[in-house]
Amino acid sequence: MNEQEVYQALNEIFREVFDDPTMEVTPDLSADDVAEWDSFNHINIIVASEQRFGVKFHTAEIESLRNAGEFVALITRKRLAA
Amino acid sequence: MLSTDPLSLYWLPAPEDFTSDMLAVRATADPARRLESLTAVAGRRLDFLQTRRVDTALSELARSARVGGPRLRLMMMGSGSLEHLAAGIRVGALRRGLLVDVETAPYGQWRQEILDTESRLYSFEPHAVLLALDHASLSPRLHLNASVSEVRSAVESAVADLSVLWRRIRERTAATVVQQLPWSDAPPLFGHGDRLVAAAPRAVAARLELCLADAAADEGVVLLDPPVAEVGNRRIADPALWHHAKQAVSPAAGPWFGDHVARVLAAVRGLSKKVLVLDLDNTIWGGTIGDDGLNGIVLGQGSATGEAFASFQRYARRLADRGVLLAACSKNDAATVEAALAEHPEMELRRGDFAAFEVSWGDKASALRRIASDLSLGIDSLVFVDDNPAERALVRRELPEVSVPELPDAPELFARCIADAGYFEAVSFTAEDAARRDQYAANRERRRLETTVTDIDGFLRELDMTLTVVPFRAVDIQRIAQLINKTNQFNLTTRRYAEAEVRALMTDPSVLTYAGRLVDRFGDNGLTSIVIARRCLQDGEVVVEIDTWLMSCRILGRRVEHAMLAVIAADAAAAGGTRLLGRYRPTPRNGLVKGLYPALGFTPIEAADGDDDLWSLPLDGAAVAIADHLKLIHERAA
Repeated sequence: MNEQEVYQALNEIFREVFDDPTMEVTPDLSADDVAEWDSFNHINIIVASEQRFGVKFHTAEIESLRNAGEFVALITRKRLAA
Repeated sequence: MLSTDPLSLYWLPAPEDFTSDMLAVRATADPARRLESLTAVAGRRLDFLQTRRVDTALSELARSARVGGPRLRLMMMGSGSLEHLAAGIRVGALRRGLLVDVETAPYGQWRQEILDTESRLYSFEPHAVLLALDHASLSPRLHLNASVSEVRSAVESAVADLSVLWRRIRERTAATVVQQLPWSDAPPLFGHGDRLVAAAPRAVAARLELCLADAAADEGVVLLDPPVAEVGNRRIADPALWHHAKQAVSPAAGPWFGDHVARVLAAVRGLSKKVLVLDLDNTIWGGTIGDDGLNGIVLGQGSATGEAFASFQRYARRLADRGVLLAACSKNDAATVEAALAEHPEMELRRGDFAAFEVSWGDKASALRRIASDLSLGIDSLVFVDDNPAERALVRRELPEVSVPELPDAPELFARCIADAGYFEAVSFTAEDAARRDQYAANRERRRLETTVTDIDGFLRELDMTLTVVPFRAVDIQRIAQLINKTNQFNLTTRRYAEAEVRALMTDPSVLTYAGRLVDRFGDNGLTSIVIARRCLQDGEVVVEIDTWLMSCRILGRRVEHAMLAVIAADAAAAGGTRLLGRYRPTPRNGLVKGLYPALGFTPIEAADGDDDLWSLPLDGAAVAIADHLKLIHERAA
């Protein structure tokens, strides 16, 4: 799965979490850009991504994420290591 | 082959196309129809994000229109954060035709919430209160070298403290208290030796669970005890989520957890299933009895598959032992099947285990309708188990009210599938439950008598019936609550009262309560008639209004209602009453008793409220005639 495919899969997750069929995930997208992106939905994105990509995120990793680009890089790294 | 991961709700059929199903729901303008199609989507296998989307559509619908029947208010309090579990509970309840409003207390605030009389817990007026507590907040703090007796008394006093809080909730609300049994994920200290050290966390946890369950049984508290160990503690709880968001249950496990909470709430409301309908060929034995014959079917010792089918039959019989009715529904020749049930040496189920028997060549939807009507139960109390996907699809389409598990294609997994789906959840087990199979067998005998005796009076006299009517007693309370919450057809007002409310009625001096037990020559029908009446002052005269009157379907047509009325009328007159008031509140299920009051001599009066019919019977000294076909024993309160 290359980076573009990860973005595509994240699009599906974000669209489902925020119930917005047109949402596009871009590298600089962050919680500040989406009104409903609260801590509750943050966890939902993390858990849905764990299921979708077959990876596990650690407490410290969850805390340090700043935008979607970093999240995609983390997913790609984890999938390579798996 | 289907996975049997409970977290996936594998017993539900997968959605064909979730996205277009949801679009269709949103495009349905009529609120009632929209709720119906949303309920159908909730009946499918959904992951946690899909569950959330169904929940969002459900709350939009609830905001925009008044739909569905009465809603159940659930207050959740716990040691962890619970908001993320509400969607799974609401959707799990919707799956059972129950609409639930959920309120959650801030995490860790459960003690304050219970002790503070001004808290949301009390202003919310919940029907049910769920205490989702973990070991850390319940277990006593102990030194590792504490003795067995020190540990025992510390655990007992922790449970006693909790019981005080249960009682506090029940004094101030009419809610059913649901206590989650905590599950322990404490890492072991001594490994295999943990259970040998009384104060080791895992040993304390085991003792606490046992003590808590005993206390709950004593106090009439309902338990929430999902099979966490079996499903896998590590898949349900994620320490990262606990530290990050105080979530003791991962959102990914939300649909599964919610379904478990919903089945307990549904059981409290009397919405659990009552009948296990079994297909026969390739469902309770391998092969086709019509083609393979008695010696050709695969059942019992001699093959692993045969043993798996026998083991499934044993599970069905165990369910019948606890009061679940069994029915056969098979496209077969009835005589061939009867012979197989009678003669096959490895058969665990016999003809007498089946309360209804539909073995013919007709279609299964019609057969299921006949089973429901034979047993005088609603079609929605059936679970239909069939190995054939085409039959399952047909029944799902024709009878969406029937639960049809997506059976794994291996007989060794059938029992587990039915258990995992939680259709027959019960919050109590009464003597009536244990005797149900025999009662239905006796009913068959009664029907045989009915067809041989031609006049109804003669039939009723030959039954040799004795009706014993007593006020509500503590020993009967579970059965009384069960009847109040489960009876739909012979039920004049369909008012539901939880156990706690029934207890309150028993001590209310203005309330008259009656529980009737009917015995006949074929056996004891058990506690089957309930009346709750209220004495009140109306325009200066004392009147007695029948608040609740219901009878179990298995004693319909015995003219027990005449005898019950005689008892109520005599008591009401003795209490200074001048009139009896009867109320009929129509529901989709109780058309049977629409004409009861006029048939008993009541005259109509103007109804002040809603769709109810109101009826009045003067108590002018003329005693209500007691039918002579039964012997009446009326015991008044001591």
